[in-house]
Amino acid sequence: MNAMPNGAILSAAGIHKRFGALVVLDDIDFAMGAEEAVGIVGPNGAGKTTLLSVLSGAYPPSAGTIAFKGDDVTALPATQRCRLGLVRTHQVPKPFGGMTAFENVFVAASHGAGLGRDEAYEESLGSLKLCGMLGVANRRAETLGLLDRKRLELARALAAKPTLLLLDEIGGGLTDGEAAELVETIRELRRRKIGIVWIEHIVHILLQVAERLICMDAGKIIADGDPRAVMADPQVISAYLGGGPK
Amino acid sequence: MSAASPVIERGTAASRIAGFGVAIIILLLALAPQFLSAGAVDRMTALFIYVILAAMWNALAGFGGLVSVGQQVFFGLGAYFAIRLANAGLNPFVSLFVSAVIVGAVSWPISLFMLRLRNGEFAIGMWVIAALTHLLVNLDRLIQGETGTSLISLNVYDASTRRLTIYWLALASMTALLAVLFGLLRGSTGAAIRAIRDNEDAAASIGVRVTGTKRLLFVLAAFGIGVAGALWLATAITFQPKTYFSVQWTAYMIFMVLVGGIGTFEGAILGALLFFLIETWFGGTGVWYLIGLGATALVFSLLLPRGLWGTLEERFGWRLLSVGYRVRLPVNASDTTGGTASPAQVTTSREKA
Repeated sequence: MNAMPNGAILSAAGIHKRFGALVVLDDIDFAMGAEEAVGIVGPNGAGKTTLLSVLSGAYPPSAGTIAFKGDDVTALPATQRCRLGLVRTHQVPKPFGGMTAFENVFVAASHGAGLGRDEAYEESLGSLKLCGMLGVANRRAETLGLLDRKRLELARALAAKPTLLLLDEIGGGLTDGEAAELVETIRELRRRKIGIVWIEHIVHILLQVAERLICMDAGKIIADGDPRAVMADPQVISAYLGGGPK
Repeated sequence: MSAASPVIERGTAASRIAGFGVAIIILLLALAPQFLSAGAVDRMTALFIYVILAAMWNALAGFGGLVSVGQQVFFGLGAYFAIRLANAGLNPFVSLFVSAVIVGAVSWPISLFMLRLRNGEFAIGMWVIAALTHLLVNLDRLIQGETGTSLISLNVYDASTRRLTIYWLALASMTALLAVLFGLLRGSTGAAIRAIRDNEDAAASIGVRVTGTKRLLFVLAAFGIGVAGALWLATAITFQPKTYFSVQWTAYMIFMVLVGGIGTFEGAILGALLFFLIETWFGGTGVWYLIGLGATALVFSLLLPRGLWGTLEERFGWRLLSVGYRVRLPVNASDTTGGTASPAQVTTSREKA
């Protein structure tokens, strides 16, 4: 591992990811502090979700190293990273369809967070409540609509007691009112000192929470820093508006 | 925030009564041979074996999502190792159970490569394993190829002692295996098993040890089916590889589970009972019996895909031997979800109105 910024909870160095001839991540360097809230934007196909998958351990990088809480976790599978506190949600929700919403969350509390029965009950109920899911706790997940599936995705990740949460487009398709509730939920997570990495297309939601913004395009980080500065960056504007290579 | 907090319920009044009911039924079954004819005792023994087979396949496929069409490999090996052990001088009754332990041990290395396969590959791969194992067993000189052999050492016991002992062993095995399975599926490992079935990647992403959990289930199912195979040998005495390694055993397991209700604990037991009754009433009608079984399976998969118990459970909310969790909200609690979200709140917690 090379020198990481001091106090970085998560750092990735020289990350490449190729699927056959297709290069999806091209030399990504990224580090963030505990409790930081980082937004990631970028056009479709920029590699945002792939980056999240590599960070969470869903797939190994083709090259590069990932460190979490100071330890090299590059070789650790997603299960182990989750147990260390690095937990993700999925862009397309992946509920356990045949289980109730409560049971979905309970699995995360008892296995991801490693809690005993009673503590796992409490944690599960707390996560459901925070995400506004208590009312549908006994519904089988396959009967939930998309909005509730997205909330369940978040509740389940929370029940695993993350120190760093990787969120993948949990705000898509929300009404303004729902988006405001989601922002409030994320702010609550920040009060609980949970670090956040959040991929989102709806920038105005993201900017209410993120104190730092990263813009990706074609597998590279093209801008990183203060959200307003990033949004004003000519390269970012050109990536979004399709201005072609400079 | 709210004074009263939600409560997690694991059972209902009905399920507590069902628990007593099960205990009484088992007690009555233990006493039953006093009142049953020799033929009926043999039939009941077969029923217990069917229940074991159905419960094990249901645990594997219905709860764990590991659909196998090769489970006859463990049925056949259960019988085969019992023959081998008895031939080596072990008491035949003891060899039945030592054999099942060996089957469980053998299933562990098999799981190392089979659990890398998913879905259809796993299903067919297991059948290949069964066919290969069948051929290997045929090579054993003791077995004499398809001629087969017998558990001769059982003949030192007179017929009625043998019949009763096997009956009680089958009943005890069924009870113990169902109890272990129920305990496993009801615990947090059971929740992990169902999560893996529904989405393996998501399960891994929230900290479930996917491969280890599947392996535990696979080995347990192999052990249980090994017990069933050994018990079947004890009732039949003769061992012909092609009878024991036949895919019909897995076909029966699938039939029982699909008709009874896949993924419900009660369903497998109900399915085994139905299969037993159909076999008792129509088993003598030769090929029409098999056609009838096939047609029944077809009708169920088209019209009642959740099986008998699954349908009843959904329609009437019946839960007798439930492994699930229910959240009971205190009155008015469903609107205490804080400032975070309040969609057009679904206030009831019932699945179906």
